[in-house]
Amino acid sequence: MAHTVSINVNGAAYKREVEPRLLLAHFIRDEIGLTGTNVGCDTSQCGACTVLMDGVAVKSCTVLAVQADGSSITTIEGLASDGKLHPVQEAFWEKHGLQCGFCTPGMIITVVDLLKNNPHPTDEEIRHGLEGNLCRCTGYQNIVEAVKHAAKAMPAAEALPEAMHEPAHA
Amino acid sequence: MYSATVDYHRATSLNDAIKTLEKNKGAKLLAGGHSLIPAMKLRVANPTMLVDIGHIKSLGGIKVTKKEVKIGALTTHATVAASSEVKDACPILAEAAAQIADPQVRNRGTIAGSLAQSDPAADYPTLMIALDAIFSVTGPNGERHIEARKFFKDLFTTALKRDEVLTSINVPAYGNMPGMGGAYLKHRHPASSYAVVGVAAMVGLVDGKVDHTVVVVGGATANPMHAASVESALDGMEPTEANISAAVDKMDIEATMGDSYASSEYRAHLAKVMAKRALMMAVERAIG
Amino acid sequence: MSKYVGASIKRREDPRFIQGQGKYVANVQMPNMAYLAIKRSPYAHATIKSINTKKAAALPGVIAVFTGQDLIDGGVGKLPCGWVVPDCKVPTRWPLTVDKVRHVGDGVACVVAEDRYITEDAVNLIDVSYDSLPATVDARKTTESGAPLVHEDIPNNISYPWALGNKEAMEKGFAEAEHVVELELINQRLIPTAMEPRAAVAQWNAPTEEMTLWTTSQNPHIIRLLLSAFTLGIPENKLRIISPDVGGGFGSKIFHYPEEIIVPWVARKINRPVKWVATRSESSMTDSQGRDHVTIARMALKKDGTITGIHVKTWANMGGYLSTIAPLIPTAIYITLLSGLYKVEGIYGEMWGTLTNTVPVDAYRGAGRPEAAYLLERLVDVAARDLGMDPLDIRRKNLIPKEAFPYQTPVAFMYDSGDYHRLFDKAVEMADYKKMREEQEKARKDGRVVGIGIVGCIEASGPAPSAVAGSLGFALGPWESGVLRVHPSGKVSLLTGSHAHGQGHETTFAQVVADELGINIDDVEVVHGDTALLPFGMGTYGSRSAAVGGSAIVYAARKIRAKAIKIAAHQLEAAEEDMVYDQAAGKIHVKGSPDKAKAFGEVAFAAYTAHNLPSGLEPGLEESAFYDPANFTFPNSAHIAQVEIDPETGQVEIQRYVAVDDVGKVINPLVVDGQVVGGIVQGVGQALWEHGIYDENGQLVTGTLMDYAIPKASDFPMIETSRVETPSPHNPLGVKGAGEMGTIAATAVVSNAVLDALAPFGVRHIDMPLTPEKVWRAIQAAKRN
Repeated sequence: MAHTVSINVNGAAYKREVEPRLLLAHFIRDEIGLTGTNVGCDTSQCGACTVLMDGVAVKSCTVLAVQADGSSITTIEGLASDGKLHPVQEAFWEKHGLQCGFCTPGMIITVVDLLKNNPHPTDEEIRHGLEGNLCRCTGYQNIVEAVKHAAKAMPAAEALPEAMHEPAHA
Repeated sequence: MYSATVDYHRATSLNDAIKTLEKNKGAKLLAGGHSLIPAMKLRVANPTMLVDIGHIKSLGGIKVTKKEVKIGALTTHATVAASSEVKDACPILAEAAAQIADPQVRNRGTIAGSLAQSDPAADYPTLMIALDAIFSVTGPNGERHIEARKFFKDLFTTALKRDEVLTSINVPAYGNMPGMGGAYLKHRHPASSYAVVGVAAMVGLVDGKVDHTVVVVGGATANPMHAASVESALDGMEPTEANISAAVDKMDIEATMGDSYASSEYRAHLAKVMAKRALMMAVERAIG
Repeated sequence: MSKYVGASIKRREDPRFIQGQGKYVANVQMPNMAYLAIKRSPYAHATIKSINTKKAAALPGVIAVFTGQDLIDGGVGKLPCGWVVPDCKVPTRWPLTVDKVRHVGDGVACVVAEDRYITEDAVNLIDVSYDSLPATVDARKTTESGAPLVHEDIPNNISYPWALGNKEAMEKGFAEAEHVVELELINQRLIPTAMEPRAAVAQWNAPTEEMTLWTTSQNPHIIRLLLSAFTLGIPENKLRIISPDVGGGFGSKIFHYPEEIIVPWVARKINRPVKWVATRSESSMTDSQGRDHVTIARMALKKDGTITGIHVKTWANMGGYLSTIAPLIPTAIYITLLSGLYKVEGIYGEMWGTLTNTVPVDAYRGAGRPEAAYLLERLVDVAARDLGMDPLDIRRKNLIPKEAFPYQTPVAFMYDSGDYHRLFDKAVEMADYKKMREEQEKARKDGRVVGIGIVGCIEASGPAPSAVAGSLGFALGPWESGVLRVHPSGKVSLLTGSHAHGQGHETTFAQVVADELGINIDDVEVVHGDTALLPFGMGTYGSRSAAVGGSAIVYAARKIRAKAIKIAAHQLEAAEEDMVYDQAAGKIHVKGSPDKAKAFGEVAFAAYTAHNLPSGLEPGLEESAFYDPANFTFPNSAHIAQVEIDPETGQVEIQRYVAVDDVGKVINPLVVDGQVVGGIVQGVGQALWEHGIYDENGQLVTGTLMDYAIPKASDFPMIETSRVETPSPHNPLGVKGAGEMGTIAATAVVSNAVLDALAPFGVRHIDMPLTPEKVWRAIQAAKRN
């Protein structure tokens, strides 16, 4: 049974008939045709599918399109504004934070959210903040450098009232 | 990757959700979806209908009183982890929430969804048993309250009836009580980030001695368990490292969970090591 | 005097990736597209009794269902093995199997439907009846009598034997030995896990009988050749293979896969475009996997640490079928590397390629060289411990001196160039190895479990001289092509047979072209990945693109420069011998008179207007080169790692990692560092976490990312890298290849570091991955003894 969903993606409103089982990732890629968001796994580990949903980073392969009815989605295609790259995009380019590029859109979106919550993260906070994003090419080092570079380039934004503490590890 | 066909209803109220569950035998509740959707994608869960309660405002929110913290069902792990109220009133809960999965999952996963799943490798169930949490559950016959220790029945099995909704969780606001300290430590699975073993330890000190100990071990058995022999061994003792070690040595949990990453024997061992470390941290926090 | 080569230029391909415009195969959309999925065996070994497709075919939205027999009846061919060593028994491999299934995931049927969700529903409705059979999974045990036969016509499950070395000298080395180390080592099964799962899209043009196939391949031309010659029966000139942006390969996307046959065959059959995208679980059970050696390795030494002999016996698991170049990996790029960085007279390696009920095994980052480096470096470390020597000193004692190059090893390879002593000196200095050992002593006194590993590793890259490859069993020749097409406007297109799936060729190759021709890098375009646009090429693997693909560019550029000189000389009315091509300035001028010059752009235009060319000279300015390397290249490295172990849990923390690599000359340091660090992290993955585990029934236990642990960002400190540069004399760029050295050394150095940490407990050796439980158990066992 099809359902009608109204989802805002990168500032544009989309109204579509979808099956409830359709993943948000497939809605974005196949219904809307925005193929920047990639699917890299089937158990919600890899994070290649990460998008912003109502401003927070989520794995779009673990959200149904029907759940996103009424929501606002930002994908990698929606980051640049007026033809100008987002500082995080610039930083990834500057610091060689990508090789094959497949994990990159999800990685960049995660970093945008990370820096929103924690504008000046330490190396450790960055590395833990990327636990939901797998990369097989770069070894993460230049991604960490890219995050630090972006942090410097971005004005001290409105951070959440409390940044997340580092959890204790066994 | 591709779920079976399923129907969908976005519940407008708690009542609406319960009525829908009643009418549809094969229906399951959908909140954050981060337990259910992965299972559906593997086709190990094949509900006929999803009752989406994710937009019911009354199921959200964190309320702190002097004695308790009441957390609405739909509160995400990220919200619990970042909440200054929870960090003050029930710090071990915020500490555990921050260790669940990864940032994106924490942005969607809800406390009720995680608890209803009763995954042996999850973090929250261990915490709830350690905190003696009380769960508020609403069904066609009204509201009831279930103690955490009675809630988790087996692997992926809880005391929830098919047509009931877990609406909120009450935990003690121990953070305001002097002499109380807690710690949650987790051995993360390197692939899934689930708890291979997760230990929640809490101590209450009175006049420099241990008045009350809680050690709950998750990941080693189908549901988290109190390490009762450790708890009774430490009660009444001075919280020294030697006493803690001696108490932990009494742990006799029979680990039944094991996989290609960690055998049951190793989990039983980890439980002891982590219990000691968690207790040491809990004592430090109780004093400090 | 180069402007671009040697500079860390930002990558020119990045803009599309950072904006989500990457052209991955899964992104290909076209009207009327249908979606394909494959019915795969849940059993590792079973006879197929029957396949009932009625229910599946009747599901609304399903277009067709096909079995393996349908495809055979429809003219598909068997997948060939492209590297056939002597006495090799090649198993039969159909795109969809028809008699038996031989590994979990072996495909038996396929469904094509209107959307991917319906396809999945339909796949679940295909009813296959199996008679399950006992499975064989272990590389060595599979050869024992009583083991089930994977292929009835291949006795003892041995596909081929192979041996190389000077056996007599080796035996003499052992006869004279004052100490012998013997280790039984397992180099465990790995799943490559590129982030992009494999995919294929095919479009059939019925009127012209042309097939376009988009496939996630590292070598589209090879796929085209195999499809036309063996498996699909469409002539090469009617086949267009496009491998656009590919999301990582690490070897796993070299091979010719069943889906590359099934998808176009179905597209032609139903006359609609067809798309197939693997799920991650599907990828895990169908992408060719890596490593899986069982080895008995012996090293003979004198008491002073001099190595006098090496003898290796390996059973290499091939899986249920021979993947496209599987027999190469444990033979000509494994046993040939058993000299390592060491001067050893007697080396002999023998191996057997064996068949089991597991997913086929083939090249995976390093491909044979990590296996060689690992066993050598473990042997050397254990020897050092036995002889009471520092692991650094025993290595220094045996290093091939720089005066010895080119160095002929006893195992066929002649190493091109190197300065291994300088390599180690640099690593030792960078790490302050002496201080590390002092701190380790202090830490140990404090009861901490700290370990330091140091390794020296070598590999053979830049495959390969074609005649050599052919003599070793390769069906093709691994040369490489480069066409420099100068446009009338002076812009240049490089058409390369190399393929980029993360290596940055659009930047690095452009750097070479720009320097070779003396033009602005912005005027250079690098074209790759589409067989319709390119000369035949052999693709990218084995860290060969800079050495082989890059050299083709250089040779093509030399031809361009020679023709440019002819044109300029004629136009300036000077003799050719009096002209000089000033690459720095991008102009061709009379020697001694730089103002009597023609700019590159002018010459280009003149070539295409052809108004004033020397008589006999053809118009146009386009040259090609097909470069056949004279030898492999031999990158080498010295890595040092420090770990700390939590003795109560066995958890390993990497505290420090220092890498010094000799990859010859470097085109783009930023790109090379990225390759080295990325490679190191993958190598550590094998040492500590990764394992493709099959249970005794052949079930792949670690078949999803929930169980198969690839490295995460939180697992590492910053890795410190540096370089020593000894150019390769075998190619004009002097490059050696940087793609795999990190992986090869990292697995060995982290293993050695962990075992170094455990040495005081009396632990001699434990197999990878060195998981917390394994480490903890080793400590417990050693304490008990």
